[in-house]
Amino acid sequence: MVLCVICVALALIPLVGVVGYTIVRGAPVWSADFFTHAPTPEGIPGGGILNSIVGSLIIDGMAAAASIPLALAIGLYVSQSHSKIAAGIRFAADVMAGIPSIVVGIFAYGIIVNTMHHFSAIAGAFGIAVIMVPILVRASDGAFRTVPGDLGEAALALGAKRASIARRVLIPTAASGLFTAILLAVARGAGESAPLLFTAIGSQYFTASPMQPMAAMPLTIYLNGIQAYPTLQRIAWGTGLLLLLFILILSVAGRTASARLGRRA
Amino acid sequence: MLGAAVVIFLALLLGLAADLVYQAAPAFAHFGFAFVTGTQWNPVTTSYGALPFIVGTLETTAIAMMIAIPIGLGTALSLAYLLPKRLRLVLGTAVELLAAVPSVIYGLWGLLVVAPWSRTIIEPVIGFIFGHSGPASGPEIGIGLLLAGIILAVMVLPTMVAISRDVLMAVPSEQIEGALALGATRWQTLWRVVVPHARTGILGAVTLSIGRAFGETMAVAMIIGNTPSLAHSLFSPAATMASIIANQFTEAVEPFELQSLIAIAVLLLVMSLLVNVAARLLVRSVGRTHVSAA
Amino acid sequence: MVDQPEVASATLDALPPAAASSEPEPESILMLRKVSVSFSGKLAVRDVTFDVPEKRVTALIGPSGSGKTTLLRALNRLHDTVSSARVTGSVLLNGTDIYGGALHPTLLRSRVGMVFQRPNPFPAMSIYDNVVSGLRFNGVRKKSLLDEAAESALIAAALWESVRNRMTARAGVLSGGEQQRLCIARSLAVEPEVLLMDEPTSALDPQATRRIEELIDELSDRVTMVIVTHNMQQASRVSHRCAFMLMGDDRAGELIEVGPTDQIFGSPTDQRTSDYVQGRFG
Ligand SMILES: Nc1ncnc2c1ncn2[C@@H]1O[C@H](COP(=O)(O)OP(=O)(O)O)[C@@H](O)[C@H]1O
Ligand SMILES: [Mg+2]
Repeated sequence: MVLCVICVALALIPLVGVVGYTIVRGAPVWSADFFTHAPTPEGIPGGGILNSIVGSLIIDGMAAAASIPLALAIGLYVSQSHSKIAAGIRFAADVMAGIPSIVVGIFAYGIIVNTMHHFSAIAGAFGIAVIMVPILVRASDGAFRTVPGDLGEAALALGAKRASIARRVLIPTAASGLFTAILLAVARGAGESAPLLFTAIGSQYFTASPMQPMAAMPLTIYLNGIQAYPTLQRIAWGTGLLLLLFILILSVAGRTASARLGRRA
Repeated sequence: MLGAAVVIFLALLLGLAADLVYQAAPAFAHFGFAFVTGTQWNPVTTSYGALPFIVGTLETTAIAMMIAIPIGLGTALSLAYLLPKRLRLVLGTAVELLAAVPSVIYGLWGLLVVAPWSRTIIEPVIGFIFGHSGPASGPEIGIGLLLAGIILAVMVLPTMVAISRDVLMAVPSEQIEGALALGATRWQTLWRVVVPHARTGILGAVTLSIGRAFGETMAVAMIIGNTPSLAHSLFSPAATMASIIANQFTEAVEPFELQSLIAIAVLLLVMSLLVNVAARLLVRSVGRTHVSAA
Repeated sequence: MVDQPEVASATLDALPPAAASSEPEPESILMLRKVSVSFSGKLAVRDVTFDVPEKRVTALIGPSGSGKTTLLRALNRLHDTVSSARVTGSVLLNGTDIYGGALHPTLLRSRVGMVFQRPNPFPAMSIYDNVVSGLRFNGVRKKSLLDEAAESALIAAALWESVRNRMTARAGVLSGGEQQRLCIARSLAVEPEVLLMDEPTSALDPQATRRIEELIDELSDRVTMVIVTHNMQQASRVSHRCAFMLMGDDRAGELIEVGPTDQIFGSPTDQRTSDYVQGRFG
């Protein structure tokens, strides 16, 4: 029993430590300017991370827009099919979820950056989307499968076509599960930096063009955090706290939605 | 319409593998099998061997598992059976949420908070225990193999705990009652019946964690030192396959340098796929034994 | 100790046995006194009082939901594992109240064993390890002792001949009936004084059921058994005494009647008992 308390403590203390330090070191950095200004050139005080916040929103928004329809369609397919192909796709999605994110980054580099001959936000978004797809496929598959089979059959018996069953019965019934899936996948995508390292690559300037290199919060944390200058490390902590909050809020919201779904079922 | 989505998905998966192999092909063609066994990584002399990074990946993962397996299993048992009900729920949710903390934040914490402790406390203590020789020799600089292993352990713990807890809780109550009805104590029931019954699933959780540790990039890149040579001590700076790619990719301008980094990515992809397929098969076979036992 | 209600008083040791019998009436090994069990405050078994004679088979019969399983699990404190469950009243094992605090639940359960509705061998253990698991739980380490106990328990469970050459095989290779006999052997190896059985044949085919029934008969001169069954023929075949339970108006299970098996099936005193056993036979 004592041993177990020790294990729980050993497991939780570092985990709480990560969150705790991020809050303690990050909160003092926050100010109105921090959120509303782009970085100042090196050596000049002030400046903020507005470009990183907007960059993250644009990159993750593009990634979500590309991955959600694709992955939900696949999830719908595998949830309704009992074929070997469906089982194979499920397995493939599981395995794909285990591909290291740095490898995905190289894929995005090879496909987009090499073709366009320059770094761009859209290449980063492509990488993040590849990370999100398998997560979304498995989670939406699960959500669609919680829809009782007889609902679909009842609709079929009423003469409904397959497409309208999906639209009128499956998607609305699975809605809150799908919502959870999307929130958790976005949370995961938003925290990824490895796929952005040599795609979106980061930028000191404010830009909204998907064809240009772009800053993003995880990149800003990495690029500033490894510097030996306390002013830059402070930017990393401040950005870290914002990113952490964003991700934890998405995760908690996702969990709450699925808990509510569980109660109703 | 759904069919098209499936085709895109499979194209994505195959395209990823094909693109990587295509990009890495020049390096494999030029260096041959020596690329895997070579210990030199020197852009100046155009010699590229991936062994230091393969070994670094295996070493950091091994350190992480030695720390994470006992702690993770103990925590999973506590969360499944030992702690008061209400506490189980709260702590279980906390652990699951912590799995969402991004890698780069673990790296930041590891580099700016833990590395100084590593230099002033952890490494000196371990150095003292081993007599400052063998695996504990060399300068104690904080970052390096050991710190990377420790931070990796922290990072894989949520996954390991969450999955092991779930498989432990899935042990049928008749197994537990069967043991109790023979006069087993709570500990005996847990160690001799519950844990063995869940062993395949626990193995799956460990394998999945190994896969995660193999591919973990940002945190390791920030705390391992990224030195392209074989480490001779726990305190040595080293590099893993993922960390060296993150660290050198954008600066790779010499002939074959970029292709060689991508070749490392191909090797990493193969290792991760093998481990992940194994993990999925293990976790899946748990599902099957539950069915056949019913 | 509580006053004994009328139903049970007819069976006190002091009184002559109700049915004519050449054997002397045996001692009571278990005495239930006003045993009630509730889940989250909702009563599932109310005020059950009767005695279990030693080295006899007592059958608990009654319709589904009448609280037979719930009552049985109160006899070896398995409800301890269910946080919503509460047991009141007393259960005396050789005169000691098992809920009194003098007897540790772990020790109690090695004296009062249990065989479950579905066979539950430990799948990660071999056949041999399953049989001796109870002894090992109780701290027996010596190989010769374990071997001896395993053999005699398997012989007693009529399983020895079929498994003696594959003791290291996983328990999963056995058929359902063999698995259940393995579970019985596993319980016997601990040498319990009482063996509780909760519908031990309900998951088995007729052939396997018959072998378990024969086994119960053979075991009845070395261990006291309390067996839950809703198969009336089985109750009449294997048991010496029968206790009939029924759900009351508030859906809590109550003891309606207890007595020698031939009396319960032949001339029950309560109309509800006669309705039930005749309905079931007919
Ligand atoms: N763990 C439990 N939690 C709540 N109620 C229970 C539990 N176990 C049994 N019950 C209730 O006790 C009553 C009797 O059940 P049981 O003893 O299984 O009947 P029987 O074995 O005679 O069929 C039922 O109404 C059931 O709902
Ligand atoms: Mg029952």
